[in-house]
Amino acid sequence: MSDCRRQWNREDELPVYLAGPITTGPNQRKTYGMFSSVEGAFESKTIDFENYAVGRKGSRTPRSGSRERLLDTGDPISKTPSEARESSLNGSPGERNELPHLRLSHAAPTRNCTPKKGDSSERLLIKGGRVVNDDQSFYADVYIEDGLIKQVGENLVVPEGVKVIEANGRMVIPGGIDVNTCLMKSYLGTQPVDDFFQGTKAALAGGTTMIIDHVAPQPGDSLLEAFERWQEAADKKACCDYSLHVDIPQWNENVKDELELLVQDKGINSFQVYMAYKDVYQMTDSELYEAFSFLKQLGAVVLVHAENGDLIAQEQQKILGMGITGPEGHPLSRPEELEAEAVFRAITLGNRVNCPVYITKVMSKSAADTITQARRKGSVVFGEPITASLATDGSHYWSKNWAKAAAYVTSPPLSPDQTTPDHLHTLLACGDLQVVGSSHCAYSTSQKAIGKDDFTLIPEGINGVEERMGFVWEKAVAMGKMDENQFVAVTSTNAAKIFNLYPRKGRIAAGSDADIVIWDPDSVKTITAKLQQSAAEYNIFEGLECRGGPVLVLIQGQVVYEEGKLHAQQGTGRFIPRKPFPDYAYQRVKFRNEVKRKQGVTRGIYDGPVYDVAPTPKYITPSPSAKTSPTSHQPPPIRNLHQSNFSLSGAQIDDNIPRRSGHRIVAPPGGRSNITSLG
Amino acid sequence: MSERRCSPEDDCSSLLSRLGSDSPRPRMKYGGMFCNVEGAFENKTLNFESLGLRPQRCQATCTHSRDGGHAARRGHTSGHTRENCGKREGDRLIIKGGKIVNDDQSFYADIYIEDGTIKQIGENLIVPPGVKTVDAYGQLVIPGGIDANTNLYSPQKGLNPADDFYQGTRAALSGGTTTIMDHVLVEPGTSLLTAFDQWKDAAEQRACCDFSLHVDITRWHEGLYEELETLVKDKGVNSFLFFMAYKDKYQSSDSQLYEAFSVLRDLGAIAQVHAENGDIIDEEQKKLLCLGITGPEGHVISHSEEVETEAVYRAITIAKQSNCPLYITKVMSKSAADVIAKARKKGMVVYGEPITAGLATDGSHYWSKDWAIAAAFVTSPPLNPDPSTPQYLTSLLACGDLQVTSSAQASFSTAQKAVGKDNFTSIPEGTNGIEERMSVVWDRAVATGMMDENEFVAVTSTNAAKLFSMYPRKGRIAVGSDADIVIWNPKETRIVSANTHNLNLEVNIFEGLEFRGVASVVISGGRVLLEDGKLNVTEGSGRFIPRKAFPDIVYKRIKARSKMAETRGVPRGNYDGPVHDVISMTKSVPPTPTTRGPPCPKNLTGPRNLHQSGFTLAGTQIDDHIPRRSTQRIVAPPGGRSNITSLS
Repeated sequence: MSDCRRQWNREDELPVYLAGPITTGPNQRKTYGMFSSVEGAFESKTIDFENYAVGRKGSRTPRSGSRERLLDTGDPISKTPSEARESSLNGSPGERNELPHLRLSHAAPTRNCTPKKGDSSERLLIKGGRVVNDDQSFYADVYIEDGLIKQVGENLVVPEGVKVIEANGRMVIPGGIDVNTCLMKSYLGTQPVDDFFQGTKAALAGGTTMIIDHVAPQPGDSLLEAFERWQEAADKKACCDYSLHVDIPQWNENVKDELELLVQDKGINSFQVYMAYKDVYQMTDSELYEAFSFLKQLGAVVLVHAENGDLIAQEQQKILGMGITGPEGHPLSRPEELEAEAVFRAITLGNRVNCPVYITKVMSKSAADTITQARRKGSVVFGEPITASLATDGSHYWSKNWAKAAAYVTSPPLSPDQTTPDHLHTLLACGDLQVVGSSHCAYSTSQKAIGKDDFTLIPEGINGVEERMGFVWEKAVAMGKMDENQFVAVTSTNAAKIFNLYPRKGRIAAGSDADIVIWDPDSVKTITAKLQQSAAEYNIFEGLECRGGPVLVLIQGQVVYEEGKLHAQQGTGRFIPRKPFPDYAYQRVKFRNEVKRKQGVTRGIYDGPVYDVAPTPKYITPSPSAKTSPTSHQPPPIRNLHQSNFSLSGAQIDDNIPRRSGHRIVAPPGGRSNITSLG
Repeated sequence: MSERRCSPEDDCSSLLSRLGSDSPRPRMKYGGMFCNVEGAFENKTLNFESLGLRPQRCQATCTHSRDGGHAARRGHTSGHTRENCGKREGDRLIIKGGKIVNDDQSFYADIYIEDGTIKQIGENLIVPPGVKTVDAYGQLVIPGGIDANTNLYSPQKGLNPADDFYQGTRAALSGGTTTIMDHVLVEPGTSLLTAFDQWKDAAEQRACCDFSLHVDITRWHEGLYEELETLVKDKGVNSFLFFMAYKDKYQSSDSQLYEAFSVLRDLGAIAQVHAENGDIIDEEQKKLLCLGITGPEGHVISHSEEVETEAVYRAITIAKQSNCPLYITKVMSKSAADVIAKARKKGMVVYGEPITAGLATDGSHYWSKDWAIAAAFVTSPPLNPDPSTPQYLTSLLACGDLQVTSSAQASFSTAQKAVGKDNFTSIPEGTNGIEERMSVVWDRAVATGMMDENEFVAVTSTNAAKLFSMYPRKGRIAVGSDADIVIWNPKETRIVSANTHNLNLEVNIFEGLEFRGVASVVISGGRVLLEDGKLNVTEGSGRFIPRKAFPDIVYKRIKARSKMAETRGVPRGNYDGPVHDVISMTKSVPPTPTTRGPPCPKNLTGPRNLHQSGFTLAGTQIDDHIPRRSTQRIVAPPGGRSNITSLS
């Protein structure tokens, strides 16, 4: 029996690891215990890897590419781990070894390993845990090799001398994916205090093993350059895998070429557009329409920052005019109606273009309800609440302590309605909202103080990358709103699906990346800025108690967090490229394209009389955009071109006869020129 | 009997004045089971004293004008029509035996009319001898309809509508509508007052029924404030329309709407919007033309329902922010109506107006093989292709979620529509409906049992009168109100046809439809204009009805809310901690909030980002790969320090 298993193991190792279990035809089936009577049952039941073959292959090739690229940079910081990983690729699979750098920080190597730099490959067995995926939970062991999950099942046959982690019945979940962080978004030239190193460290401590960061170029910057800048910084500093969204600060022709390049060569499939920040990032509806159409062709997901910038600008002026300059002006000038309105508009645009829309930062009940209703009507729209909107509310803007109030400033702002977090959790639990982000963008109090006399200048951003998973557990799962599978879905799997990382990320299955968290639902901790990994001196969740937290975090098969100790290594994170046309978002869109094809009516040519139009010049305002000023060139004269300038002074004899500017001219059969009868 | 021809402004107050006058008239017992006390009906539901804002002043002016100042005032504006209206039969009328239907109750009573106003209501009225009697046995006596949205004079693309004030109001009267509210379309750049005067003159010369005017503002800028103030305070206009569609022509941006709404709220006017997202429409039109779709079906495809819904939602949001009452003209789709209904449930002061066409027919005709028919249906927002829309709108109308019915009459002949025969975007927009409006509502709502007769009066007349400050002069049968009365025959039916209608149009979009409920007698200003199927109108007999600002039904809530809505800051000590130093604190927000208002050319800043320094070096630099850090963190020392100390 054991021979047989071993044989299978050897035989199938390669295909399982490279191409997924299905590709090699029917495997020999074996019985493996009560939860997995048939080998391979778990992964095949719910995921058909063949379906994802495109995604798989796609993500596989660039990955090795990215590894090489990472090496090429020759960055000194990431030398050790990348070397280690590089060697693990080439290393003979028979050798077992612990990664030296990991153990360096450990008290002592637990095994009689020979810490050989150069050819080490991490092999790990997580024993006795309950594997929780978004679709089901089951007791199984997980065997990890080379940073990948090789086997999931009971009584696995593994090579000797594998490091064993006893999970003791705790949950083994796919590592969290934080889809919204801004770790390098500068504000008036100042960088957030949490850079890629600090930020990803905090993420790991909270059980998040991958982040998707926003590349935020300024209007006029090249998107490509900004992307490279971000990638470079992250490659050097990030401790966990990362991917990037690119924000589009303004819409023009140049942007199109860059977008195409980013999607096709750089592995970016999501772009953010802004409906707020008038005169800076805001796009008009026309521009949004164009952008949506273009991104749809490319197969990208459109992220929308949904707030009505025009009205915000008006309200800000009004509120500053009233003498309100403190942080409470921020939520006052951005009431939730403006958020809901913009969400509604974004969804309308998405429907018209037939393009998937992803609303970042759903902060209010009405915005969430708008998304819910649109989904009921069949729109392809996704909503992302963030840690802050799920765990706290906007009452703190009225705090007497300026620093505290300012720490909460983000947009859209936290809703002052205290029932908001509860409502958002409910929608998250029932699937109307899909993904939990953090929108982590930490500015220190002194940076926030730039706006001490004017709330519009306070840099916007809050923390939350570290607390994200914990609060979803605390507020949703521990309260009985959500089950553990849905917990995995909203913290990890859905994000992986929407952004085409699935099933490499977001699932515990053979062949997936070994980004695994062992989750302890009973651990309780009190959030405080003193104990956080983030460098910010203020934590907006200060003093809140949070049940549930990671006990152990594995990244690429390496233990980076254990029992409260973080062993993160700067620069170990890899850039994960993403393919366009994620199935989760685009399958429906493709079918709708087919169905919605428009057709005209074939008619005979109208040959009746045609009214002759007085030769009035067509009134066209030169500027295409009516909403933002940077692009709109005001038509200097406000002259009405429909009306002649000719006038007679005084009363005229025919004043009482209403003017008729056009004449009805019935075109005679032979046709006639337009100029024949004037007046 | 030319009493009613006295100058318009005064005329209106004369009616109101009597209503609120202090001295109680002696009460007479009239008997009758429904009215044992004279004046009982109107006083039950209406407090005239509270409605008449300026009773005393008017009393004086109007008695004066009734003494004889009328002829002179009227003489110079429309001299040629004076003879006609001077000699008029119906100065004294009694309507007998009908069932009077107001929006709140119905009762059997006779009505005595003198001088163009209702003088007595009750049974067994004591009237002077020689009074003409109108027999209304077995029929309903309802207040004349008010059509809150017509475009009888506004040109489109240089084309004047085929039915002007005369034809249009004639058709209105034949359908039971005795007051129209026409839209003054002010082309961008022209003066509001000029346009208003032009419209008013034209209407005074041509209109056969009373009229009032909305003003459409096509390009908002702050310079309009004074004109608006004049219009509201002196000219009797309290409603202004803004366009969210017609990009690059009439469209207003959100900022402009916000500013304008704030101004209107202060002036006490009602904001109306044409709600469609012009940006999206523009893009879709381009797309469709590229696809080679040029027929009228392109119109409905490009003006999709969602585009309307989105704009309605946005308009409501803007109105909510500026705390201004909002009136959505032409609600054409189910989802748009739903948005309004929901907003009302949340307490928004918003009103919705479905139109005749939207209640009676649907948008399937855009795909008609006959170009002329398809083109006749072109209006914006378009009729919805969903055939269940009319019924849905009717049910919302019945339950009060929509309030007013209008016609959005704007008729263009087929030859005029044919201007867009090769391009649907050039087809002049507008449908008929002014004549059929009341019948459509009766047939679709009352005859089907969705609505009762009182609600019918409310949606065809009373609600509009209340919203636009004409109540109780219009929209109610009560002592002191204008004698605009329709005797409605619910049993009769008529079939609509372009051959028999009273418009110049050669296509009627309701062609062949049969409607129950017909106006058998129409009395406008105390004169019988329609009787026995004969229409007897006089050009220029219509008066302008000025409307005062701050209509109660709308503004009571708004006023209370503006008191509530005052926000206050948090008093804090000064922040004295460290402040991050920032190079170039230039704010990038340009000084002008209006982005498209022409008179503010200051904001020609272009798309430059003011956050970043303009300094650049050409070519690649040695530190290109290092992410830029333009500033340093400088913790301010206790003594404070100047901002310029360390520039890296």
